[in-house]
Amino acid sequence: MEAGTHPQGVTPRGFNPLGVKRRRWGEEVIRALLFFAAAISILTTVGIVVSLLGETIAFFGEVGVGEFLFGTVWTPLFSPASYGVIPLVAGTLLIAVIALMVAVPLGLGSAIYLSEYASRRLRRVLKPALEVLAGIPTIVFGYFALTFFTPTVLQALLGFDVQVFNALSAGIVIGFLILPTIASVAEDAMSSVPGSLREGAFGVGASQLQVSLRVVFPAALSGVAAAVVLGASRAIGETMIVLLAAGQQPNLTGDPRQAIETMTAFIAATAGGDVATGSVAYRTLFAVGTTLFVLTLIVNAISIRFVRRFRQVYE
Amino acid sequence: MSAASEAQALAPPQRIAPAPRSRRVKELAFRVVMLACLGAGLLVLAVLFVDVLRDGLGQIDVQFLTSFASSQSEIAGIEAAILGTLWLMALCAIFIVPVGVATAVYLEEYADSDRWWNRVIDVNIQNLAAVPSVVYGILGLAFLVRGPLQLGFVVVAGAITLGLLVLPVVIITARESIRSVPPSIREGALALGATQWQTIRKQVLPAAVPGIATGVILALSRAIGETAPLVLVGGASYIAFNPNSLDDRYTALPLQIFTWIKLPQEDFQALAAGAILVLLVVLLSMNAVAIVLRNRFENKW
Repeated sequence: MEAGTHPQGVTPRGFNPLGVKRRRWGEEVIRALLFFAAAISILTTVGIVVSLLGETIAFFGEVGVGEFLFGTVWTPLFSPASYGVIPLVAGTLLIAVIALMVAVPLGLGSAIYLSEYASRRLRRVLKPALEVLAGIPTIVFGYFALTFFTPTVLQALLGFDVQVFNALSAGIVIGFLILPTIASVAEDAMSSVPGSLREGAFGVGASQLQVSLRVVFPAALSGVAAAVVLGASRAIGETMIVLLAAGQQPNLTGDPRQAIETMTAFIAATAGGDVATGSVAYRTLFAVGTTLFVLTLIVNAISIRFVRRFRQVYE
Repeated sequence: MSAASEAQALAPPQRIAPAPRSRRVKELAFRVVMLACLGAGLLVLAVLFVDVLRDGLGQIDVQFLTSFASSQSEIAGIEAAILGTLWLMALCAIFIVPVGVATAVYLEEYADSDRWWNRVIDVNIQNLAAVPSVVYGILGLAFLVRGPLQLGFVVVAGAITLGLLVLPVVIITARESIRSVPPSIREGALALGATQWQTIRKQVLPAAVPGIATGVILALSRAIGETAPLVLVGGASYIAFNPNSLDDRYTALPLQIFTWIKLPQEDFQALAAGAILVLLVVLLSMNAVAIVLRNRFENKW
């Protein structure tokens, strides 16, 4: 058989000895359709930004930027109305700090156990169990925080002097909500530390504890940081648990036993009621939404950075 | 020289002295503490299930499942909420499966990652995955319910809002399973003269179906558990009829639960627990299907 001739004497389709590209319109159309689908995600972001900014700019036509950003009293729906967002931001941060105080030690401990101690079989059982915890809807956690965790655990069992609605209960329960996220991202980072590092350490006589804490943990540090930041971002954005269990009182306080209000809870509570389109109350939704969006955007940017760094090292 | 090395080779293996007791105690204590961390999460999960079961199991009967919401707790039920959730799930699936898979195919098979717009799409999807769900509610409220489209508080607006929210989950899992199809499969098809789209449709996508299905189920299970966006785009809390068309008003299980929890009477808290139980059963069965799919059809190339 001579080179270039086909057994049946026909040139196979797609065979292109001269390097001339044949245009297939069907293929081009499909490519364009697929690109259009991918562009929907961009449109979503544009939609979020436009919807937030439009009303936010209108809001700042009526309320000063300084009053909004630095004011310490938040009473947008009462008169005299005051539009200082600081209590909402402080409430959000208080909740996030409590949640992280629960979820970081527990999540990292779980990750170390899963990555360094658990047998393969145990891991096959434990990881799906943690995924179940991650899959529980937040409204269910909210119910749990309000009807069980606050009255039974905090008030009766531990004897804390907390209000019915309090930041502590919501924060701790959010901690358990984000625990699986932190555990699974951190476990991925620890598992991807090369085995040779562990073997080297064992070879010079290190114990399992020393290997876990002084070799694996530092080597996985940027992945661990990404896990924590991701957890923080979820805690900041969480809505239903705080709405149900932390109350809706924009107190500027660091006392976790009191009721507070977060940015997310304000948005859900206000939009759930009837607010007229175009009123100042309607616009506060968007101003607070923009603040929340910018805050999570910053946190996400930090997390993406960390993840990229940890991928570069071991993949 | 050779005698010395021989002697070394023949020397009996030395026993390494066991670690001192204090160190062994420390090792064990550390291991126990790490296990306890994991146990704490699972314990909370167990307590949560027991609590919801205790509060809600007594509520569940045929009357509860087949009645509408009511101001009288004895005759209130979740029929409209269940049907609303099913409508949301179906519409959401119709939206996210084609868009999610097409985006994943584009990014994995066509996109040249040196082009800036493709990198923007990629980073953008990662960012969208972490935007708080309540912000999607604002988007739905401003664009779909009010604003330019003026759909009102209708079921299709809720479904699109939830779809946009979970789209990143579908895209990310679909991309992973498309990426795990080895290049040799594609090269084989291309070498036989298939076009790129024929290769994708006949070879790559069928091989990636289990992974994509798992991702879609997980995304849907997240969508029907979401409450915050629905609080913004769902509107009324008292709906005593089933949705019959795309532009009907609706309620859904999480919304109904939220409405009941907010009421001060104990009876309604119990109703909420009953509805939570139904929601959890639905979600856990979806998760179980996803896990089985993943384990059964995991391709080992």
